Amino acid sequence: MPSSLRATFDKEYAAIVDDILKLGSYVDQAIGLSLDSLQRRDVAQAQQVVDADEAINLLRFKIEEACLTLIATQQPAARDLRAIVASMNIVVDIERIGDHAAGMAKTVIRMGDEPLLKPLIDIPRMVHTAREMLRLSMDAFVERDSDAAKAVVPLDDEMDALYRAIFDELVEIMSHKPEGVERATYLLWCAHNLERIGDRVTNIAERVIFMTTGDMRELNV
Amino acid sequence: MTAGGNHLKFEILNLDFYYGPSKALSDITIPIKEKEITALIGPSGCGKSTFLRCLNRMNDTIPYTRVEGQVLLDGVDIYTAVIDPVDLRQRVGMVFQKPNPFPQTVFDNVAYGPRILGMARDRGELEEITERSLRRAALWDEVNDKLDQNALGLSLGEQQRLCIARVLAVQPEVILMDEPTSALDPIATLEIEDLMSDLKTDFTIVVVTHNMQQAARVSDKTGLFWLGELVEFDETSVIFTRPKESQTEAYVTGRVG
Repeated sequence: MPSSLRATFDKEYAAIVDDILKLGSYVDQAIGLSLDSLQRRDVAQAQQVVDADEAINLLRFKIEEACLTLIATQQPAARDLRAIVASMNIVVDIERIGDHAAGMAKTVIRMGDEPLLKPLIDIPRMVHTAREMLRLSMDAFVERDSDAAKAVVPLDDEMDALYRAIFDELVEIMSHKPEGVERATYLLWCAHNLERIGDRVTNIAERVIFMTTGDMRELNV
Repeated sequence: MTAGGNHLKFEILNLDFYYGPSKALSDITIPIKEKEITALIGPSGCGKSTFLRCLNRMNDTIPYTRVEGQVLLDGVDIYTAVIDPVDLRQRVGMVFQKPNPFPQTVFDNVAYGPRILGMARDRGELEEITERSLRRAALWDEVNDKLDQNALGLSLGEQQRLCIARVLAVQPEVILMDEPTSALDPIATLEIEDLMSDLKTDFTIVVVTHNMQQAARVSDKTGLFWLGELVEFDETSVIFTRPKESQTEAYVTGRVG
């Protein structure tokens, strides 16, 4: 007899994990391209990011469908059940991260060729941190490593601090330069999307901890 | 679940079955794909076991029974004169609810069919067939040092895998299983299910089960029988996530039956 009597479950769950990683890499790419579009003021590329969101949505539904079928047909229990339920939650957060990347790209499209209000400094930092958080959370998910998942918390604190700094700086500019209010708001929208990505990744980390330990709790309190 | 090829091993067309005057199956049409596991579920008395026994003419042994419609095995109707029921039952083997090994040695249980059919020229070949069948039934490691012991001394789970080995020994194409795990504990049940998944690389399996969860776990296709009729037949994943018929919905959610 093989060591696992749930070979079917194991095989189908492995396929779900593969698809979740693929979904993660799609949104990671979307975040990177959004920033690139902003930096290079490339409206056409920003439009591509918006268009590519559809593929992310479809893959999310495909994964949810596979999870649903696995629950209905294989009746998972304990850690297997937690892994499937966590997967269903995680794909929602990843898909929403895709929406935030697309949200940033839409802002680039609205900006058109208006000059930037100020040089981009903290927004690229936020993008870098967001992608690092996403990578950590995906690794923790695959490795079922709750300690690795917790490593996103200090990075999310950094995200919040960067967002706060951007917010304060832009409000300051707006109060002195009313003609720059619109362009400042664009940058604020970008930063806000990135700040939300940090929160979404934190949710993913919470779900990884749940699937690994059974412990259901908020990380950033 | 992955499907094998597209070849239909069995094609059952408009099958009616009568016990004397009473109609037990009505207008059953089911395609059974090669190298897939097809599960038949439904409440007691719905006709699923009767249907299974139509597939290797086991009902022939019951007096006053009658079949109408067609049961095509590789395109040939098994109820026509060209088919010899004994040959048919070698091609379409059966495993029953309760393990039913002969009160003989483990070896003789498996060697029984090949001996009767003259499949081995000498003792060496017979031993070879027996070992191969026991290995294929995932039982060899447990019984290779007790081949000359009485099979009734094995655990129930081992006895059932022995019965599967006995079927495999005569090189069937299809294996019919009638509630193959209802006498077994949960672990022995999972062992049989695991074996079924493994066997479908070489064989077509049709399994009747009271245990819906088992149908969900092991099968590619599922059919729901109800009062002698086939209510719904579809991909197992569809039957258990979004069945089309309200009766199926009620049965799989445990609201009736």
